[in-house]
Amino acid sequence: MPRRGDGHEPSVGGRSGASVTRRSALIGLAAVGAIAAVDVGGFLFAGGRLTPHTVTPSRFVDRFEQVFGRHEGFRRNHAKGVSATGWFTPTGAGSAVSTASVFRAGGRHPVTGRFSLSGGLPDAVDAADTVRGLGLVFRLPEGEQWRTAMIDSPVFPDRTPDGFRDRLLASKKIPDTGKPEPAAMASFLARHPETAAAMDIIRRQPRTSGFGDSTFHGLNAFRCADRSGATVPVRWKLVPEQPVRHPGAEEASGRDYLFDALVRDVTRGPLRWRMILTIGEAGDPTDDATRPWPADRKSLDVGTLTVDAIDTEAPDNARDVNFDPLVLPNGIAPSDDPLLSARSAVYAESFNRRSGEPKSPSRVNVSEVPDER
Amino acid sequence: MSDSPTRYAFTSRVLHWVMAILVIAQLFLGVAMVASLDAYHLLRTVHQPLGFAILVLAVVRIGNRVLHRPPPSAGMRPAERMVATGSECLLYGLLVLQPVTGWAMLSAGGFPIALTAQLSLPAIAPRDPDLYSVLRQSHTVLGYLLFAAFTAHLCAILFHTFVLRDRILGRMTMGRRHRPAQPPQRQDQEFRVS
Repeated sequence: MPRRGDGHEPSVGGRSGASVTRRSALIGLAAVGAIAAVDVGGFLFAGGRLTPHTVTPSRFVDRFEQVFGRHEGFRRNHAKGVSATGWFTPTGAGSAVSTASVFRAGGRHPVTGRFSLSGGLPDAVDAADTVRGLGLVFRLPEGEQWRTAMIDSPVFPDRTPDGFRDRLLASKKIPDTGKPEPAAMASFLARHPETAAAMDIIRRQPRTSGFGDSTFHGLNAFRCADRSGATVPVRWKLVPEQPVRHPGAEEASGRDYLFDALVRDVTRGPLRWRMILTIGEAGDPTDDATRPWPADRKSLDVGTLTVDAIDTEAPDNARDVNFDPLVLPNGIAPSDDPLLSARSAVYAESFNRRSGEPKSPSRVNVSEVPDER
Repeated sequence: MSDSPTRYAFTSRVLHWVMAILVIAQLFLGVAMVASLDAYHLLRTVHQPLGFAILVLAVVRIGNRVLHRPPPSAGMRPAERMVATGSECLLYGLLVLQPVTGWAMLSAGGFPIALTAQLSLPAIAPRDPDLYSVLRQSHTVLGYLLFAAFTAHLCAILFHTFVLRDRILGRMTMGRRHRPAQPPQRQDQEFRVS
């Protein structure tokens, strides 16, 4: 046990009977400094501050701003959109694979949704080949929620977050031509054959006339658990009950023609989609949204989404909802798909940024939609 | 001579060390979570229930602090005692304020706050993006402040232990207490950490 100095070295003020010498004080200070350095250094490292090349959610969202510019108050992706409301009526068929209350027969769950176009421009010109999105939040009994963000492509172009981030840059439009640099995309696709394969699948699916006749896909795999605890991999999609039209190239016209048509459609009557749950089998990829599952997989018709109102984005509707795909009810769980956690993290960062920014009116104002042409 | 007056009460020591582990883990987990794509979801599912556990323990601990006076801090000067008391109050305040801010932030953002599959918390703030933004930023600032306060606390106790060697740490340790040195004896000056 250390004791008071014996006089060989000058004491520098020990208290309570401890021995303190200049040497021991210096060694002690070094120990304090070393532990403090490990503490602070470890904290900075954990927060990604010492590894500037690691892709963090913040740096991911920076990439959207780099490609599309910074548009305050708007989502960094799927910036242009409208809010929707309606409800979901389950058939009960989903209860065969999941305990989730959303699938239980006899329910009717309020839903807030948002139709959108991909890309970070809140005033983008509507185009037939722009990816269409539908975000939904189901408000379930006992305060539970289910949020999902879907697009009208049958598969996702990217397998990993890094691939997505690189593709964003490769597809950045050059101001002179309004088109991406061909060489950049070619080089990207050479490095990402999974994206090239996925894009082939996406290209083969013919475009539909608008939001109302689009099929929206959840893309990522999830896991459903039934009452016995047995789990199965699932994917879901919303299939329109509206008749599907495949327009020619000449039909597209007007800056907001897709949104205007959606607003007019809903004015005429509610739009409906069947929710189809596809059950994966052993060996089906659950960690790769670029690859479809075989077409003969068992599927369940788990319910109907009805959309009966479209509204301009506003504080109390879908504008301020983060359609985080990992806000899930009991009975639905994430799969091992790396995109899921990354989507959740990046959506959160986009939500954090836009929440604190001044808001300007959305491009699509439902009360100003022109009458039928 | 009894050891009891020179040490914190048993409950205080248990609360201190359990919370020390949880809070340090939570601070590192929090900064790692917001900087991670792959681990974001996993860390978030730990962060939220852990935050609530810390809030509950912090309230219990403040109650315990009222019931059990700390042992006299022999050898501390009045100014040091003021700093020690002030930093104790700051830490207690942050240990309550930080989880409450996180809870309120999730409420203002409109998120469900699930602690476990069975247990979720009610919203404690109205859904409002501006309020969410203020609370979200506060949560970061308070997190860094809590880390700074923890680091200062750690450095202070290390300074007492390794430089002043006054065995003040013994007031909070769990093992069998070595009796404080009564009559100073001549010993070697070897530096010992243990």
